[in-house]
Amino acid sequence: MALLHTVNKSPFESKTFDICLDYAKEGSTVLLIEDGVYAATTGNSAADKIKNASGVTFAVLGPDLQARGLEGKLADGIKVVDYEGFVNLAAEHDSVQSWL
Amino acid sequence: MSVKKFMYVNRKAPYGTIYALESLEVVLIGAAFDQDVSLAFIGDGVYELTKGQKTDGIGQKNFSPTYSALGDYDVTKIYVEKESLEERGLALDDLQHLVWEDEDDDWAEKDSIRLLSRAELADVMAEQDILLSF
Repeated sequence: MALLHTVNKSPFESKTFDICLDYAKEGSTVLLIEDGVYAATTGNSAADKIKNASGVTFAVLGPDLQARGLEGKLADGIKVVDYEGFVNLAAEHDSVQSWL
Repeated sequence: MSVKKFMYVNRKAPYGTIYALESLEVVLIGAAFDQDVSLAFIGDGVYELTKGQKTDGIGQKNFSPTYSALGDYDVTKIYVEKESLEERGLALDDLQHLVWEDEDDDWAEKDSIRLLSRAELADVMAEQDILLSF
């Protein structure tokens, strides 16, 4: 069972991102949306955690990243998807866990 | 009425919640009352000031250009916490360049943003008469 995890909270204001990583098994995908996109930026503690999460694919919702002015700060190895890509990810995985 | 020191403390990222926009609206309304106003951006609040925000894709109003109007409302003290920027991998250069014109100095354009350490900001916070937290 491959899960799609979504995180919509900033990693600096909530433990949600950390908890999600604890649950994200190999083969799963973590999609960062809304304030969750801050975890996809370089030069902070969240970036290191993403680097160390082996076997997990990371994606970020492009429109949310653009809204926050952080397109230029995207960390390496994170795939940018649009809303259609979000739907595709949901369809490709067996189930979706939305960490709120 | 005596002038009081008001500080608006901004701790939330924009767009994910309504706090950032609500704070800005209250600041603009409050600016009409000729008080000694300052804004503090700490924690995720520093994200409110990033430059290049573009919200067409999320169907929300981009309110970030409004910060550059604060100088015209005599809101000229914008404190940004250094540690909060660093923890998020940001530098002053990632933020909008906010300025105000000093009428006592031949309308010279001056920087509104003052980068303070957490300890310095705690001192400034302790000097306030009124703190409004968002």
